[in-house]
Amino acid sequence: MKANGDRANIGWALIFTCWLLASIATLGSLFFSEIMNFSSCVLCWYQRICMYPLVLIFLSGIFPFDKKVLRFSFPLVFVGWMIAVYHNLLYYKILPESIAPCSQGVSCTTVYIEWFGFITIPFLSLAVFSFLLILLTITYRKVD
Amino acid sequence: MKNRKILVLFSAFTLIFLFFISVKLYKKYEIKRLGFLAKENFSTFVRNYSPKLGSDHAKIYLIEFLDPECESCRDFYPYIKQLMSEHEGKIKLVVRYAPLHENSKFAVKILEASRNQNKYWETLELLFRYQPIWGSHHNPRPDLIWAYLPEIGVDVEKIKKDMNSSQIELLIEQDINDANELGVKKTPTFFVNGTPLKQFGFQYLQDAIEYELRD
Repeated sequence: MKANGDRANIGWALIFTCWLLASIATLGSLFFSEIMNFSSCVLCWYQRICMYPLVLIFLSGIFPFDKKVLRFSFPLVFVGWMIAVYHNLLYYKILPESIAPCSQGVSCTTVYIEWFGFITIPFLSLAVFSFLLILLTITYRKVD
Repeated sequence: MKNRKILVLFSAFTLIFLFFISVKLYKKYEIKRLGFLAKENFSTFVRNYSPKLGSDHAKIYLIEFLDPECESCRDFYPYIKQLMSEHEGKIKLVVRYAPLHENSKFAVKILEASRNQNKYWETLELLFRYQPIWGSHHNPRPDLIWAYLPEIGVDVEKIKKDMNSSQIELLIEQDINDANELGVKKTPTFFVNGTPLKQFGFQYLQDAIEYELRD
């Protein structure tokens, strides 16, 4: 019984961390688009679609902690991560942009920020989705 | 359970608080940066070739980055006219272009070509008046502009010839470059003597103008 409680505690802490990450990513992306007036490209929008609902899904998943939160969040995290990988491949010119689905509006390879020479907006997105993927995997191993 | 709720609430408040602090700091930084740029780099805001309306002795340069195809620019235009008549002789309107829509460049070229016939402001008003039709989002029909132009008595054939000059092309390019340098990403964007508005809105524009006029 005690072991179960411990596991739930670890699960709670991990999903809480996920919630924090998703919230930071959400507010950060809103800051870029609404305050700094950077226009979002198509791929950014798809990633936002995956990221924003996670804030609410993780939140409902920790009050009280329910391991089903994994089942509900994983598809979003995984799809978001895939799009982020694709976006970064385009952005760093590993894939040619001609096959990008964004021909109108803002190009998906427009560079808005470049902190310390490597931190760009698509990079931040990929980093958060990757962290979420890792945290969810750990949660799955610990709790299930 | 209770501690956890407090932890989550505390985190949420902290994040939102940090967000708003960053908004404040960023806006302050932007206003300062552009104010500085205004002194150093007046010509980024006001080019010699830019269309200007109002007295040469005006205390206020109201720089508007606009797009003939943008609805907000259309909505704002009567207010600008009103502001200018309220403060007659004190405001000089400088039009810069930020052609963000599909047919904006086409419209800007016609607009610029109308200057040769001294019909610039009439053409601008005409474009705004019929914008819902020729610039409709669902079915833009820029070719309709040709049908409207005779209304203000311009020589349409001359416009068709003049609008493709390389000078106009260069002018648009320079305006786009300046817009990028000044961080203009939406239209209309106003600068009152080189200072951006604190927030978008007619009231903020009016406040900024009254602030500049106060001493």
